Amino acid sequence: MSRQPYVRPVSRTTWYMRHGRYRRYMLREVTCLLVAFYTGLMIWGLAALAGDSPVGWERFLAAQQNPVMIAVHASALIYYLVYMTFDWFKLAPKAMAVQVGERVLPDRAIVFGHYAAWVVLTLLVFWLTGVF
Amino acid sequence: MSQRTLELEVLRYDPEQDSEPHFQQYSVPCREDWAILDALNYVKENLDTTLSYRWSCHMMVCGSCGMMINGEPVLTCKTFVRDLPDTVRVEPLANFPIERDLVVVLDDVMEKLQRAQLWIIRQDPPPVDHEFTQSRGALQKFKQYTMCINCMCCYAACPQYALDKEFIGPAVLALAHRYNRDSRDQGQSERLNTLADHDGVWQCSFVGACSEVCPKHVDPAAAIQQMKVDGAIEWWKQRLPGSKR
Repeated sequence: MSRQPYVRPVSRTTWYMRHGRYRRYMLREVTCLLVAFYTGLMIWGLAALAGDSPVGWERFLAAQQNPVMIAVHASALIYYLVYMTFDWFKLAPKAMAVQVGERVLPDRAIVFGHYAAWVVLTLLVFWLTGVF
Repeated sequence: MSQRTLELEVLRYDPEQDSEPHFQQYSVPCREDWAILDALNYVKENLDTTLSYRWSCHMMVCGSCGMMINGEPVLTCKTFVRDLPDTVRVEPLANFPIERDLVVVLDDVMEKLQRAQLWIIRQDPPPVDHEFTQSRGALQKFKQYTMCINCMCCYAACPQYALDKEFIGPAVLALAHRYNRDSRDQGQSERLNTLADHDGVWQCSFVGACSEVCPKHVDPAAAIQQMKVDGAIEWWKQRLPGSKR
Protein backbone atom coordinates (compact mmCIF):
# COMPACT_ATOMS: atom_id res chain seq x y z
CA MET A 1 0.00 0.00 0.00
CA SER A 2 1.47 3.31 -1.00
CA ARG A 3 1.08 6.60 0.80
CA GLN A 4 -0.20 9.46 -1.31
CA PRO A 5 -1.16 12.23 1.09
CA TYR A 6 -3.42 14.85 -0.43
CA VAL A 7 -2.45 18.47 0.17
CA ARG A 8 -5.40 20.87 0.13
CA PRO A 9 -4.57 24.11 -1.63
CA VAL A 10 -4.63 27.39 0.34
CA SER A 11 -5.09 30.64 -1.56
CA ARG A 12 -2.33 33.15 -0.80
CA THR A 13 -4.60 36.04 -1.78
CA THR A 14 -8.01 35.16 -0.33
CA TRP A 15 -7.21 33.03 2.75
CA TYR A 16 -8.62 35.64 5.11
CA MET A 17 -12.08 35.30 3.59
CA ARG A 18 -12.42 31.84 5.14
CA HIS A 19 -13.34 33.00 8.64
CA GLY A 20 -14.55 36.06 10.55
CA ARG A 21 -11.56 36.00 12.89
CA TYR A 22 -9.18 36.27 9.92
CA ARG A 23 -11.16 39.19 8.50
CA ARG A 24 -11.01 40.98 11.89
CA TYR A 25 -7.25 40.44 11.92
CA MET A 26 -6.94 41.90 8.43
CA LEU A 27 -9.02 44.93 9.50
CA ARG A 28 -6.46 45.51 12.25
CA GLU A 29 -3.42 44.94 10.08
CA VAL A 30 -4.66 47.01 7.14
CA THR A 31 -3.80 50.04 9.29
CA CYS A 32 -0.24 49.48 8.04
CA LEU A 33 -1.37 51.27 4.86
CA LEU A 34 -2.23 54.31 6.96
CA VAL A 35 1.19 54.11 8.64
CA ALA A 36 2.78 54.06 5.17
CA PHE A 37 0.65 57.05 4.15
CA TYR A 38 1.64 59.08 7.23
CA THR A 39 5.30 58.10 6.81
CA GLY A 40 5.16 59.49 3.26
CA LEU A 41 3.38 62.59 4.52
CA MET A 42 6.02 63.17 7.20
CA ILE A 43 8.86 62.76 4.68
CA TRP A 44 7.13 65.28 2.40
CA GLY A 45 6.71 67.71 5.31
CA LEU A 46 10.35 67.37 6.41
CA ALA A 47 11.62 67.80 2.84
CA ALA A 48 9.43 70.90 2.44
CA LEU A 49 10.73 72.31 5.75
CA ALA A 50 14.35 71.65 4.77
CA GLY A 51 13.93 73.23 1.32
CA ASP A 52 15.48 76.56 0.34
CA SER A 53 12.24 78.43 -0.20
CA PRO A 54 9.20 78.75 2.09
CA VAL A 55 6.90 78.05 -0.87
CA GLY A 56 7.21 74.28 -0.47
CA TRP A 57 6.28 74.46 3.22
CA GLU A 58 3.29 76.71 2.46
CA ARG A 59 2.14 74.23 -0.19
CA PHE A 60 2.46 71.37 2.33
CA LEU A 61 0.40 73.29 4.91
CA ALA A 62 -2.23 74.16 2.32
CA ALA A 63 -2.50 70.49 1.34
CA GLN A 64 -3.34 69.61 4.93
CA GLN A 65 -6.33 71.95 4.81
CA ASN A 66 -7.76 70.33 1.71
CA PRO A 67 -11.21 68.87 2.60
CA VAL A 68 -10.18 65.45 1.25
CA MET A 69 -7.07 65.47 3.46
CA ILE A 70 -9.11 66.56 6.50
CA ALA A 71 -11.53 63.68 5.82
CA VAL A 72 -8.58 61.25 5.59
CA HIS A 73 -7.10 62.57 8.86
CA ALA A 74 -10.47 62.37 10.64
CA SER A 75 -11.19 58.81 9.43
CA ALA A 76 -7.67 57.66 10.32
CA LEU A 77 -7.99 59.13 13.82
CA ILE A 78 -11.37 57.50 14.42
CA TYR A 79 -10.17 54.17 12.98
CA TYR A 80 -7.09 54.14 15.19
CA LEU A 81 -8.92 55.27 18.30
CA VAL A 82 -11.99 53.11 17.98
CA TYR A 83 -10.68 49.89 16.47
CA MET A 84 -6.90 49.68 16.53
CA THR A 85 -6.44 50.95 20.10
CA PHE A 86 -9.29 48.85 21.45
CA ASP A 87 -8.03 45.71 19.69
CA TRP A 88 -4.37 46.12 20.67
CA PHE A 89 -5.10 47.00 24.30
CA LYS A 90 -7.34 43.95 24.49
CA LEU A 91 -4.39 41.81 23.31
CA ALA A 92 -1.78 43.45 25.57
CA PRO A 93 -2.26 41.04 28.54
CA LYS A 94 -1.17 38.14 26.34
CA ALA A 95 2.31 39.60 25.98
CA MET A 96 2.47 40.71 29.62
CA ALA A 97 2.11 37.95 32.18
CA VAL A 98 2.53 39.83 35.44
CA GLN A 99 2.78 37.52 38.44
CA VAL A 100 3.53 38.57 42.01
CA GLY A 101 4.18 35.49 44.17
CA GLU A 102 1.23 33.22 43.48
CA ARG A 103 -1.05 35.99 42.30
CA VAL A 104 -1.42 36.73 38.62
CA LEU A 105 -2.46 40.25 37.72
CA PRO A 106 -5.89 40.01 36.04
CA ASP A 107 -6.10 40.90 32.34
CA ARG A 108 -8.45 43.81 32.98
CA ALA A 109 -5.88 45.48 35.27
CA ILE A 110 -3.29 45.41 32.47
CA VAL A 111 -5.80 46.72 29.92
CA PHE A 112 -6.86 49.48 32.35
CA GLY A 113 -3.18 50.37 32.87
CA HIS A 114 -2.79 50.85 29.12
CA TYR A 115 -5.83 53.13 28.89
CA ALA A 116 -4.58 55.12 31.89
CA ALA A 117 -1.11 55.52 30.33
CA TRP A 118 -2.75 56.53 27.07
CA VAL A 119 -4.82 59.28 28.74
CA VAL A 120 -1.78 60.59 30.66
CA LEU A 121 0.40 60.67 27.51
CA THR A 122 -2.37 62.35 25.49
CA LEU A 123 -2.73 65.06 28.15
CA LEU A 124 1.06 65.48 28.18
CA VAL A 125 1.11 65.97 24.41
CA PHE A 126 -1.76 68.50 24.68
CA TRP A 127 0.16 70.37 27.36
CA LEU A 128 3.47 70.32 25.43
CA THR A 129 1.76 71.56 22.26
CA GLY A 130 0.02 74.37 24.14
CA VAL A 131 -3.57 73.14 23.80
CA PHE A 132 -3.97 74.06 27.47
CA MET B 1 -33.56 11.91 25.56
CA SER B 2 -34.79 13.36 22.26
CA GLN B 3 -33.48 12.10 18.94
CA ARG B 4 -32.96 13.74 15.60
CA THR B 5 -31.42 12.82 12.29
CA LEU B 6 -28.15 14.50 11.53
CA GLU B 7 -26.95 14.81 7.95
CA LEU B 8 -23.19 14.27 8.15
CA GLU B 9 -21.21 15.46 5.14
CA VAL B 10 -17.89 13.70 5.58
CA LEU B 11 -14.81 14.37 3.46
CA ARG B 12 -13.55 11.07 2.07
CA TYR B 13 -10.20 10.37 0.45
CA ASP B 14 -8.83 7.00 -0.54
CA PRO B 15 -5.23 7.46 -1.72
CA GLU B 16 -5.42 4.26 -3.76
CA GLN B 17 -8.51 5.24 -5.72
CA ASP B 18 -9.16 8.98 -5.51
CA SER B 19 -7.22 11.77 -7.18
CA GLU B 20 -8.81 14.26 -4.76
CA PRO B 21 -11.17 14.20 -1.76
CA HIS B 22 -14.97 14.28 -2.09
CA PHE B 23 -17.88 14.60 0.33
CA GLN B 24 -20.06 11.65 1.26
CA GLN B 25 -23.36 12.08 3.07
CA TYR B 26 -24.64 9.91 5.92
CA SER B 27 -27.99 10.20 7.71
CA VAL B 28 -27.32 9.45 11.36
CA PRO B 29 -30.05 9.02 13.99
CA CYS B 30 -28.49 10.89 16.92
CA ARG B 31 -29.35 11.53 20.52
CA GLU B 32 -28.99 15.17 21.52
CA ASP B 33 -26.39 14.30 24.13
CA TRP B 34 -24.14 12.65 21.57
CA ALA B 35 -20.85 14.17 20.58
CA ILE B 36 -19.94 14.23 16.88
CA LEU B 37 -17.47 11.45 17.66
CA ASP B 38 -20.46 9.26 18.65
CA ALA B 39 -22.09 10.03 15.31
CA LEU B 40 -18.88 9.03 13.49
CA ASN B 41 -18.72 5.82 15.52
CA TYR B 42 -22.34 5.14 14.53
CA VAL B 43 -21.37 5.53 10.87
CA LYS B 44 -18.37 3.23 11.30
CA GLU B 45 -20.36 0.53 13.13
CA ASN B 46 -23.63 0.66 11.18
CA LEU B 47 -23.33 2.44 7.84
CA ASP B 48 -19.81 2.34 6.41
CA THR B 49 -16.96 0.34 7.90
CA THR B 50 -14.43 1.86 5.48
CA LEU B 51 -14.50 5.30 7.14
CA SER B 52 -11.11 6.14 8.73
CA TYR B 53 -10.58 8.57 11.60
CA ARG B 54 -8.52 8.81 14.77
CA TRP B 55 -9.89 8.67 18.29
CA SER B 56 -9.02 7.09 21.58
CA CYS B 57 -10.20 8.39 24.94
CA HIS B 58 -13.52 10.16 24.21
CA MET B 59 -12.84 12.47 27.19
CA MET B 60 -10.71 15.39 25.93
CA VAL B 61 -7.43 13.90 27.12
CA CYS B 62 -5.77 12.06 24.24
CA GLY B 63 -6.04 14.80 21.60
CA SER B 64 -6.60 12.31 18.76
CA CYS B 65 -10.04 13.30 17.48
CA GLY B 66 -9.35 16.85 16.28
CA MET B 67 -11.29 17.58 13.06
CA MET B 68 -12.95 20.46 11.25
CA ILE B 69 -16.64 20.66 12.15
CA ASN B 70 -18.44 23.18 9.95
CA GLY B 71 -15.07 24.80 9.26
CA GLU B 72 -13.97 25.06 12.90
CA PRO B 73 -11.09 22.98 14.33
CA VAL B 74 -12.46 21.13 17.37
CA LEU B 75 -12.21 17.92 19.38
CA THR B 76 -15.13 15.85 18.09
CA CYS B 77 -15.55 14.28 21.55
CA LYS B 78 -16.22 17.76 22.95
CA THR B 79 -18.55 18.97 20.20
CA PHE B 80 -22.15 18.06 20.88
CA VAL B 81 -25.02 17.38 18.52
CA ARG B 82 -27.32 19.66 20.56
CA ASP B 83 -25.13 22.66 19.66
CA LEU B 84 -25.09 22.01 15.91
CA PRO B 85 -27.51 22.49 12.99
CA ASP B 86 -29.11 19.51 11.20
CA THR B 87 -26.38 19.38 8.56
CA VAL B 88 -22.82 19.04 9.78
CA ARG B 89 -19.73 19.08 7.61
CA VAL B 90 -16.86 16.95 8.92
CA GLU B 91 -13.39 17.41 7.42
CA PRO B 92 -9.87 16.44 8.47
CA LEU B 93 -7.88 19.12 10.32
CA ALA B 94 -7.02 21.94 7.94
CA ASN B 95 -3.41 22.77 7.01
CA PHE B 96 -2.25 19.14 7.18
CA PRO B 97 -2.00 16.69 4.28
CA ILE B 98 -4.78 14.07 4.27
CA GLU B 99 -3.56 10.50 4.75
CA ARG B 100 -7.01 8.94 4.33
CA ASP B 101 -10.55 10.23 4.98
CA LEU B 102 -10.36 12.16 8.28
CA VAL B 103 -6.80 11.10 9.16
CA VAL B 104 -4.08 13.68 8.61
CA VAL B 105 -0.29 13.39 8.31
CA LEU B 106 1.37 14.82 11.43
CA ASP B 107 5.02 14.06 10.53
CA ASP B 108 5.87 17.75 10.26
CA VAL B 109 4.72 18.53 13.82
CA MET B 110 6.44 15.43 15.19
CA GLU B 111 9.75 16.67 13.75
CA LYS B 112 9.20 20.13 15.21
CA LEU B 113 8.36 18.71 18.64
CA GLN B 114 11.84 17.14 18.65
CA ARG B 115 13.56 20.25 17.34
CA ALA B 116 12.13 22.38 20.17
CA GLN B 117 13.88 20.28 22.86
CA LEU B 118 10.80 19.81 25.00
CA TRP B 119 12.49 18.41 28.05
CA ILE B 120 14.26 19.89 31.06
CA ILE B 121 17.77 20.96 30.11
CA ARG B 122 20.28 21.37 32.94
CA GLN B 123 23.66 23.10 32.84
CA ASP B 124 24.32 22.24 36.49
CA PRO B 125 23.93 18.66 37.72
CA PRO B 126 20.52 18.02 39.32
CA PRO B 127 20.37 17.81 43.14
CA VAL B 128 21.30 14.33 44.35
CA ASP B 129 20.49 14.31 48.05
CA HIS B 130 17.13 16.13 48.02
CA GLU B 131 14.15 16.81 45.79
CA PHE B 132 14.10 19.78 43.48
CA THR B 133 11.50 21.84 45.31
CA GLN B 134 9.22 24.11 43.34
CA SER B 135 6.93 26.69 44.90
CA ARG B 136 3.29 27.03 43.85
CA GLY B 137 4.12 30.42 42.37
CA ALA B 138 6.89 28.87 40.26
CA LEU B 139 4.52 26.14 39.08
CA GLN B 140 1.88 28.69 38.17
CA LYS B 141 4.29 30.35 35.73
CA PHE B 142 4.03 27.41 33.32
CA LYS B 143 1.19 25.12 34.46
CA GLN B 144 -1.26 26.43 31.87
CA TYR B 145 1.08 25.37 29.04
CA THR B 146 1.35 21.82 30.35
CA MET B 147 -2.34 21.35 29.50
CA CYS B 148 -1.56 20.98 25.77
CA ILE B 149 -2.68 17.57 24.49
CA ASN B 150 -1.14 17.92 21.00
CA CYS B 151 -4.53 17.83 19.30
CA MET B 152 -3.20 20.26 16.66
CA CYS B 153 -6.44 22.26 16.45
CA CYS B 154 -4.24 25.36 16.79
CA TYR B 155 -2.26 24.43 13.67
CA ALA B 156 -5.51 23.97 11.76
CA ALA B 157 -6.60 27.47 12.82
CA CYS B 158 -3.27 29.22 12.20
CA PRO B 159 -3.23 31.08 8.86
CA GLN B 160 0.51 31.57 9.18
CA TYR B 161 1.09 27.82 9.24
CA ALA B 162 -1.39 27.44 6.38
CA LEU B 163 0.78 29.66 4.21
CA ASP B 164 4.23 28.71 5.47
CA LYS B 165 4.95 25.17 6.64
CA GLU B 166 8.42 26.22 7.88
CA PHE B 167 6.73 28.10 10.77
CA ILE B 168 7.25 26.04 13.91
CA GLY B 169 3.68 26.76 14.96
CA PRO B 170 1.57 27.39 18.06
CA ALA B 171 1.51 24.15 20.09
CA VAL B 172 5.25 23.44 19.83
CA LEU B 173 6.10 27.03 20.77
CA ALA B 174 3.66 26.95 23.71
CA LEU B 175 5.27 23.73 24.94
CA ALA B 176 8.74 25.23 24.57
CA HIS B 177 7.56 28.21 26.63
CA ARG B 178 6.38 25.75 29.27
CA TYR B 179 9.99 24.50 29.69
CA ASN B 180 11.49 27.99 29.45
CA ARG B 181 9.27 29.08 32.35
CA ASP B 182 10.08 26.00 34.49
CA SER B 183 12.30 26.90 37.46
CA ARG B 184 14.15 23.55 37.12
CA ASP B 185 15.12 24.23 33.50
CA GLN B 186 18.31 25.96 32.34
CA GLY B 187 17.85 25.56 28.59
CA GLN B 188 16.03 28.77 27.65
CA SER B 189 18.87 30.36 25.74
CA GLU B 190 19.60 27.07 23.90
CA ARG B 191 15.93 26.74 22.95
CA LEU B 192 15.57 30.39 21.98
CA ASN B 193 18.45 30.06 19.52
CA THR B 194 16.15 27.80 17.50
CA LEU B 195 12.74 29.19 18.39
CA ALA B 196 13.29 32.97 18.54
CA ASP B 197 14.28 32.81 14.91
CA HIS B 198 12.69 33.60 11.58
CA ASP B 199 10.76 30.31 11.43
CA GLY B 200 9.96 30.53 15.13
CA VAL B 201 8.15 33.16 17.16
CA TRP B 202 8.85 36.03 14.78
CA GLN B 203 6.88 34.34 12.03
CA CYS B 204 3.75 34.71 14.18
CA SER B 205 1.76 37.80 13.21
CA PHE B 206 -0.57 37.48 16.22
CA VAL B 207 -3.84 36.53 14.57
CA GLY B 208 -4.70 34.82 17.86
CA ALA B 209 -6.78 32.08 16.23
CA CYS B 210 -4.76 29.36 18.00
CA SER B 211 -5.89 30.56 21.42
CA GLU B 212 -9.50 31.01 20.31
CA VAL B 213 -9.83 27.38 19.19
CA CYS B 214 -7.68 25.65 21.84
CA PRO B 215 -9.98 23.13 23.58
CA LYS B 216 -7.76 23.12 26.70
CA HIS B 217 -7.41 26.94 27.02
CA VAL B 218 -3.64 26.77 26.73
CA ASP B 219 -3.36 30.18 25.01
CA PRO B 220 -0.44 29.55 22.62
CA ALA B 221 -0.70 33.13 21.30
CA ALA B 222 0.24 34.43 24.77
CA ALA B 223 3.18 32.00 24.98
CA ILE B 224 4.48 33.15 21.59
CA GLN B 225 4.22 36.88 22.40
CA GLN B 226 6.03 36.30 25.72
CA MET B 227 8.72 34.32 23.89
CA LYS B 228 9.20 37.26 21.55
CA VAL B 229 10.01 39.41 24.60
CA ASP B 230 12.29 36.69 26.05
CA GLY B 231 13.99 36.25 22.66
CA ALA B 232 14.66 39.98 22.30
CA ILE B 233 16.14 40.14 25.83
CA GLU B 234 18.27 37.04 25.10
CA TRP B 235 19.51 38.59 21.83
CA TRP B 236 20.74 41.68 23.69
CA LYS B 237 22.22 39.64 26.55
CA GLN B 238 24.28 37.62 24.09
CA ARG B 239 25.67 40.82 22.59
CA LEU B 240 26.71 42.46 25.85
CA PRO B 241 30.48 42.75 26.36
CA GLY B 242 31.87 39.66 28.06
CA SER B 243 28.93 37.42 27.15
CA LYS B 244 29.47 33.96 25.67
CA ARG B 245 27.97 33.63 22.17
